[in-house]
Amino acid sequence: MTLTSYLKDFEASAANGGGRPEWLMPIKRGAIDRFEALGFPDRKNEDWKFTSVAPIARSAFSRMAAGDTVPTEADLEPYLIGPPEWPRVVFVNGRFVEALSTVSGLPGGVTLGTLADAMAEEPEFVARHLSHTASVEGNSFTALNTAFITDGVVLHVEPNTVVEHPIHVLYLTDARVGEGATYPRTLVVLEHHARASLIESYAALHDGVYFTNAVTEVSLEAGSRLDHYKIQQESEQAYHVGTLEARQERDSHFHSLSFALGGALSRTNIYTVLDGEGGYVTLNGLYVVHGEQHVDHQTSIIHAQPSCTSHEVYKGILDDQAHGVFNGKVYVHPIAQKTDGKQTNQNLLMSPRAKIDTKPQLEIYADDVRCTHGATVGQLDDQAVFYCRSRGLSPAEAKTLLTYAFAADVLEQIPSRPVAQYLERLVMERFLGSREG
Amino acid sequence: MLEITNLHAGADGVEILKGINLTVNAGEVHAIMGPNGSGKSTLAQVLAGREDYQVTEGTVRYEGKDLLEMEPEERALAGLFMAFQYPVEIPGVTNAYFLRVAYNAQRKSRGLEEVDPIDFMDLLDEKLKTVDWTAEILERQVNAGMSGGEKKRNEILQMAVLEPKLAVLDETDSGLDIDALKIVAQGVNNMRRPDNALIVVTHYQRLLNYIVPDYVHVLVDGRIVKSGGKELALELEAKGYEWVQEAGAVS
Repeated sequence: MTLTSYLKDFEASAANGGGRPEWLMPIKRGAIDRFEALGFPDRKNEDWKFTSVAPIARSAFSRMAAGDTVPTEADLEPYLIGPPEWPRVVFVNGRFVEALSTVSGLPGGVTLGTLADAMAEEPEFVARHLSHTASVEGNSFTALNTAFITDGVVLHVEPNTVVEHPIHVLYLTDARVGEGATYPRTLVVLEHHARASLIESYAALHDGVYFTNAVTEVSLEAGSRLDHYKIQQESEQAYHVGTLEARQERDSHFHSLSFALGGALSRTNIYTVLDGEGGYVTLNGLYVVHGEQHVDHQTSIIHAQPSCTSHEVYKGILDDQAHGVFNGKVYVHPIAQKTDGKQTNQNLLMSPRAKIDTKPQLEIYADDVRCTHGATVGQLDDQAVFYCRSRGLSPAEAKTLLTYAFAADVLEQIPSRPVAQYLERLVMERFLGSREG
Repeated sequence: MLEITNLHAGADGVEILKGINLTVNAGEVHAIMGPNGSGKSTLAQVLAGREDYQVTEGTVRYEGKDLLEMEPEERALAGLFMAFQYPVEIPGVTNAYFLRVAYNAQRKSRGLEEVDPIDFMDLLDEKLKTVDWTAEILERQVNAGMSGGEKKRNEILQMAVLEPKLAVLDETDSGLDIDALKIVAQGVNNMRRPDNALIVVTHYQRLLNYIVPDYVHVLVDGRIVKSGGKELALELEAKGYEWVQEAGAVS
C-alpha cells in the first residue's frame, strides 16, 4: 500500500505552519516516522483480520479544505442533543467554528476550549498529557492522527469539581469541498474526584467521500468519573477510524458508550487500562448498519491492578449486506486479584446476507477472579413477530418493536435521558427507513 | 359470527384437521375438548393465522368475511383474539408499552386518534381490576421473567384491553393453580357480553366449572366426534376420552 501521499501531505503541512507549536514538532515527526514504519495495517494483522482499510490507503486523502459556506444553527439542528444550556464545541472540516460554539457558563475549575488555544496558552499542561495515553507504537491510525495534530478539544476539570451539564463536541464534515481527511484530537483530563460527561458526535453536514481519523485521550485521576458518548453518524460514503484510550487511576469510574450508525467503513477502538485499585469501567456499544456498510469495534480492558470491575455489552443490528466486526479483549494481569469482568456481544441479523465476525477474548493471569464472556448471533424470533401481529401490529411495526427491544437494555443504561432519547430516535428512524426502502 | 366448514389443515404435509364444522354465534361460549394430539391447538392457531399451518380444504367465514384470506394482524384488528398456550416473551418491552401499541393499532385501523400514555393509564387502571392486578405488572417486561400463571393472566389482561368480538383461549388453564384459574376465569366472565363470543380450547373439564360453556365439542383425530351441552364435559371427565374415541369409531 502506498503511504507516499500521506507522507507528502505531512511535509506540506509541516512547511506551512502546521509545525506549530515548535515543541510539538518532535512528537509529530516521531509519529509520522512511526506511521511510515508501520504502514496501513493489512488483514494479516490479527487486529484487522476482518476489516480491510485498503480503500483508505488507496484514496490517498489529504487534509480537508475549509468549507465554502459557514454553517448555520439550522444545519446543526439534526445533531443537537439536550437543552441549549449544554456547552457545545463545533468543528467543521477540522476548523473550530466559534459562532456555533458555546463554552460559557462553566463553573470555576473547568477548562473547555480548543486544543490549538491550549497548546498556545498552556503548553506545559498540554505537553504533559498529549500523546501520553494514546500510543503511536502499534497503531498506524493513532500515529497518523498524531502527526497531523492541529486542533481539537481540551477538557480539563480540577479536583472535586463537578461539571453539571454534558459537554457536546461536534466534529462535522462538509464534503462539498471535495475529498479529504480530518484529524480531530480530543484531550480529557479529570483530576481527582472531578466529574464530567462528554459527547463526541461525528457527522456529515453534506454527504460525500471523506476520512475522519480521530483520537481521544482520557486521563482519569483517583475517584473521578467520566461518562463518555461517541456518536458516529458519518456519511454512508465516508471512512471513519476513531480511537479512544483511557487510563484510570484508583476508584475512578469510566462509562463509555459507542454508537455507530454511519460510515461506509468505520472502525472504533475503545481501550482502557484500570491502573489503580477499585476502578470501574462500563464499555457499552450499539451498532446499527444496513446496505453495504462495514462497522468494526475493537475494545480492550486491561485489569492492571486488583479489585477492579469491568462490564461490557455490545449489541449489533445488521441489515441487508452489512458486515459487523466485534473484537473485545479483557486482560487480567497476574496481580489483578478480585477482578470482576463481564463481557457480552449480541448480534441481530435482519437479512440472510448480513454478516458478523465476533471474537470476545479473555486472558486471565490471576487466580482469584470472576470473569465471564460470550457472544450470540441471532435473527428476529418468528414466534415473537407472529405474537405481535396477532395483537394487531403490522409486520413492519412488529419488527421495529422487536428490534428496538433488542437494543433496549443498552439504551436504557444510558444515564443521560436526552442522549438516550436522541439515540432511540436514530435507531427507530433508521429502522423504519430500512423497512420502507 | 364464525362459520367453519369442512376445514382441513396440517403442517409439513401431515394432515391434522380432517374436516371441522363449527358455527359460533354472538353471545355463545363453545368449549373444544379433546385428548393430546387431537388438533385442538392447531384449530386455534389456524384461526389466528399462524403461517406454519396450511389449509388444504374448507372455508372459515368470520362476520361474513373469508378469514383465511386475512393476515394475522387484519384478523386481530377485526376483533379476533387468541390467548396463546405459550405466550411469547419480549424482553426489552414493558407491558404498558406493548398494550398501548396494540391498543393504538386498533384505534388507527378505525380511523381514531392514538391515545397518549397518560390517558391510556386511566384505561389500564380499569382493565387491571378485571384480572385482579396492580399497576406494578405494567412495568414488567412482556412475559419475560413471568411465571406460567402470570403469563396466562397477562394474556387475559391483553384481551381485556383489546376487547375482542371473538376470543379463542388456547389451553389457558394449563399450568394454572386453582387460585390463578379462578382469577383468569373471573376475568374472562367479566368480559362476556351478548355481542361477543368465546371459544375455550382445553384438555380438562376443570376450567369449565368457572367458564360455563353453552356447547361442548369433542375433537378426536382432527374431527369433531361429539357435540353437546355443558353436561358433556362432566361426562367426559367421568368416563375419559376413550369413551368418545370408541363412540367416534362407531359413528
